[in-house]
Amino acid sequence: MALLEVKNLTISFGGLKAVDNFSVSIEKGQLYGLIGPNGAGKTTVFNLLTGVYKPDSGSVELDGHNITGKSTIEINHAGIARTFQNIRLFKELSVLDNVKAGLHNEFKYSTVAGVLRLPSYWKVEKQMDERAMELLKVFDLDQEAQTLAANLPYGKQRKLEIARALATDPKLLLLDEPAAGMNPNETAELMDTIRFVRDHFDMTILLIEHDMKLVSGICEKLTVLNFGAILACGDTSAVLNNPEVIKAYLGE
Amino acid sequence: MSGKKFDFKKLLKGDFSTYLMVIVFYIILQTMSVSGGLSSLFKGMLVPLCIYSIMALSLNLTVGIMGELSLGHAGFMCVGAFAGATFSQLTRDAISVDLLRFILAILVGAAAAALFGFIIGIPVLRLKGDYLAIVTLAFGEIIKNVINVIYLGVDDNGLHLSIKDEAALNLSENGRVIIKGAQGITGTPKNSTFTIGIVLLLITLVIVLNLVHSRSGRAIMAIRDNRIAAESIGINVTKYKMMAFVISASLAGVAGVLYSHNLSSLLAQPKNFGYNMSIMILVYVVLGGIGNMRGSIIAAMLLTALPELLRGFSDYRMLVYAIVLILMMLFNWAPACLEFRERYSLKRMFAGKKAKEAQ
Repeated sequence: MALLEVKNLTISFGGLKAVDNFSVSIEKGQLYGLIGPNGAGKTTVFNLLTGVYKPDSGSVELDGHNITGKSTIEINHAGIARTFQNIRLFKELSVLDNVKAGLHNEFKYSTVAGVLRLPSYWKVEKQMDERAMELLKVFDLDQEAQTLAANLPYGKQRKLEIARALATDPKLLLLDEPAAGMNPNETAELMDTIRFVRDHFDMTILLIEHDMKLVSGICEKLTVLNFGAILACGDTSAVLNNPEVIKAYLGE
Repeated sequence: MSGKKFDFKKLLKGDFSTYLMVIVFYIILQTMSVSGGLSSLFKGMLVPLCIYSIMALSLNLTVGIMGELSLGHAGFMCVGAFAGATFSQLTRDAISVDLLRFILAILVGAAAAALFGFIIGIPVLRLKGDYLAIVTLAFGEIIKNVINVIYLGVDDNGLHLSIKDEAALNLSENGRVIIKGAQGITGTPKNSTFTIGIVLLLITLVIVLNLVHSRSGRAIMAIRDNRIAAESIGINVTKYKMMAFVISASLAGVAGVLYSHNLSSLLAQPKNFGYNMSIMILVYVVLGGIGNMRGSIIAAMLLTALPELLRGFSDYRMLVYAIVLILMMLFNWAPACLEFRERYSLKRMFAGKKAKEAQ
């Protein structure tokens, strides 16, 4: 049984079919790539999977549970976390607080306990600090824990977003163009990080990416979208050598 | 992470310095007041200083922490004032201990304002930005105007409510009218003292500052910074926005109770509970720094005290507010000003001096 089972997902905006009959099946522990030219509907697929948009038809199953049409919050609780193409950090919060916000649902105490600083506040906050610092260490951000997120350099902001998503303890991690705007060195480092996340956290990862070096370097399987429909899918090397795919990407 | 060593500098930078500031302020003014060093004019301002500081803190929770502009905050103060004063009037004979009755009145006022905050929050929190500001403004005015037509009386049969006139209450002979429509409430016991005001201000500070540094506060600020990202990590946006709004409203209600127990007659007029008041509180928040609690208190105290101390000046108060606001915005945001501040910053000058000495 696959971890994520998407069947015939479709959504239209007005007359435009942004995503048409999209199906994918991702096994636990897989590193799966979703590629395609600009405007092919990749981010729309992410928005459908995370409940930002409700699909017109089709179904999404995570770990055997049907999560079609659920709200973003419910889907996060079910076990999908994501990053965004245009970075969406909590800019006025510190790096540490960004990750602690991600731990919101895992570590709990009541608002009253927080305001009155009851023992549960101190205990749980300490656990949160420890867990958050652990995550920050993985991404080499522990030195900047007290920095405001807005003041981080670009590459580290991308990493912090991944750390925050992981803090929600997801089963499936969606990365929307993690290497966008990175130089080759940063991209190479990011590839190592993504691989490390998969192995260390036993994570299943679905990523959108334009950087073919990254895609061919780490993705095991690929699905190619073009004009909202699936153009090809299968093992990475086979897909990248598919003449249809080359035509869609590079033109004739 | 700092070690276990007692770090006094860090302590002064944090919340502790704000508490300390309020306590020192209290000790100085209370000593002066007892020793007769304060004019009667200034003495009369001590409680309002606390009231407006609490209002500024509570609005800063909405504007600075939740990130939504509310222009109807005086409305919640109004609800608290009338609920608290009504409670005190009703229980004047039943509860003879002033302090106990006043504490209960404060709780009643806070609860009433919180209830209104919740009811108004349901439609208002679906909106964002300018729209939210306009609708809160409208609700603030509605509350004030509704209270202006309410008549409430009490006799042996219980409470009587009317929105027509006093006669429509049908009170029996030994009954008495509590809220007289536009004439408001008269004869509320004057229980508000500077000490109680400062205690309430400190409690407000504890609630707001501790909330900001707790799990819930983090969720509220996460929603402020990026709503979509907050949803994506499973934070319940509606719940936490409502929580911030209701807490903010109930604190405004506390300020209202303090206000109503500081005056012999309480009227809901544009001057005290209208648009002007809401804007004035907002001015305190903006001047003190949005999201900066210590700044809110300083701004509220300075701007409450100044016009009263410079009597002839008070006609130009609103004019001066506008000018000060513009100057403040320039000071904070204009590029030339930022550059100037960077070049002549005290912090840097001291750091430079130290570095030179080290060499």
